[in-house]
Amino acid sequence: MLKTETFTLNMGPQHPSTHGVLQVVLELDGETVVQAIPNMGYLHRGIEKLAESRTYAQFIPYTDRLDYVSSMGNNLGYCQTVEKMIGVTVPERAEYLRIIMTELNRIASHLIFMGSLAIDLGASTGMMFGFRSRERILDLFDMVCGARQTYTYIRFGGVSADIPAEFIPALERFLTDFPAMLDEYHRLLTGNEILYHRLKNTGVISAQRAVEIGLTGPALRASGVDYDIRKVEPYGIYDRFDFNVPLGQVGDCWDRYIIRMEEMKQSADIVAQALSQMPEGTIMASVPKVLKPPAGEVYHSIENPRGELGYYIVSDGGVNPYRLHVRRPSFINLQVLNETCQGLLIGDVVAILATLDSLMGEVDC
Amino acid sequence: MEVTKRETQEEQDNELLQKNIILTSLDTVLKWARSNSLWPLSSGLACCAIEMMSAAAARFDLSRFGYEVFRASPRQADLLIVAGTLTWAMAGPLKRLYEQMPEPKYVIAMGSCANSGGPFADSYSVVPGVDKILPVDVYIPGCPPRPEALIHGMLELKRKIKNPEVARRKS
Repeated sequence: MLKTETFTLNMGPQHPSTHGVLQVVLELDGETVVQAIPNMGYLHRGIEKLAESRTYAQFIPYTDRLDYVSSMGNNLGYCQTVEKMIGVTVPERAEYLRIIMTELNRIASHLIFMGSLAIDLGASTGMMFGFRSRERILDLFDMVCGARQTYTYIRFGGVSADIPAEFIPALERFLTDFPAMLDEYHRLLTGNEILYHRLKNTGVISAQRAVEIGLTGPALRASGVDYDIRKVEPYGIYDRFDFNVPLGQVGDCWDRYIIRMEEMKQSADIVAQALSQMPEGTIMASVPKVLKPPAGEVYHSIENPRGELGYYIVSDGGVNPYRLHVRRPSFINLQVLNETCQGLLIGDVVAILATLDSLMGEVDC
Repeated sequence: MEVTKRETQEEQDNELLQKNIILTSLDTVLKWARSNSLWPLSSGLACCAIEMMSAAAARFDLSRFGYEVFRASPRQADLLIVAGTLTWAMAGPLKRLYEQMPEPKYVIAMGSCANSGGPFADSYSVVPGVDKILPVDVYIPGCPPRPEALIHGMLELKRKIKNPEVARRKS
């Protein structure tokens, strides 16, 4: 009798396609995956513990470094949570600026997703294109806050600075060019037969399982569950905008890819609407320099490009948070990796990791 | 076997001088070659890795300087760019990566975290500066440094490889 044994293969922590320092311990039977256990913690920086020794305002820069390709969303979630505690009304103009920046950041984040998916599946040109368009958005952020990646632009009670005069023409130019860019990517990637066959029917997650495990964001919506916090529980002024939430049917890698491409289009729509409605006025409410929120606890969540980003803060009335916990969508979405990969080939693990789009900064926190 | 015998001191000197001249020139050529085609290891730790990728992408185009050949295997790389926060959990694997790289090899510490621990310096799990475990050649400040800063850092490394005596003087 011929006897075969499974063997263990370590993918990572140094591996170009794990989006950071994730280790996946693969148990393989030939090329078939028996188990894929994600082993995380290589980027654990103890941010939640650090928060306890920082004042509320000092923690804003740390949120930038959680999910470092969509920092605006992280800022927004944290600031809105603290605003909920202290009860501040944000000026209208600042609300619109927040929406514009967060949605632009969503586009930038999905462009990175597209680029990293392409390079993980062997198309390095895709990454070049993704990063090229992202530079246009980073230039806009550079104008308003002087940073390309870690902005700390959204503050308690508003935003840190008003937009300069050259911002609106540049943004309008970007919005005019963006549909053509997106068409180009659809021609390059969506129409690519290799990409289609590698993603279609790979890594199917059923709607029921997705809900059970707590998936959020595009990974959940790809399975056909209509849950977008911007619609379900509109925070800020999202109820004033008209946009669609794209849904998938099968829940495979292809759906997760297509949904993100469609979301970019919707985000560009939201930015255009916000730009046309934005009033003049102040950008900052009056908030004390040192915050002492009343004792108690608060949870608030927003829709980040990777899913539901929630902040849970317990205050004891002092200047530092007593306890701060972040519900990180990347971390929770990564749970589904093992069961999705079972029975597939090694190459599919890379495709599933790429389309789950977990980011290690956020997974390990 | 015939033993050649040097007659005068002058002949011996000439012989040595010739050897030396050949050696020095070869050294210059080697330094020139090394400094103009560094092969970085594609190893990103955190946020700075995104800026490292931006530097390699179309707009900043690191290949203008000959440094775009990012290798996935440490055996083929001679430059380790430590881009991001180094935790104690990752310190072991990173050190092993460095040890697997063939000589001569160089290390760039990119960003505040790699320089000194940055905003996480007082955390229980973060290495306060990558120079605690690896010899660093060039430090690039910034959180994260812009791609231009990374390119500048690599050009500084190029200068250092070409003029090693500059670096040696301090120690």
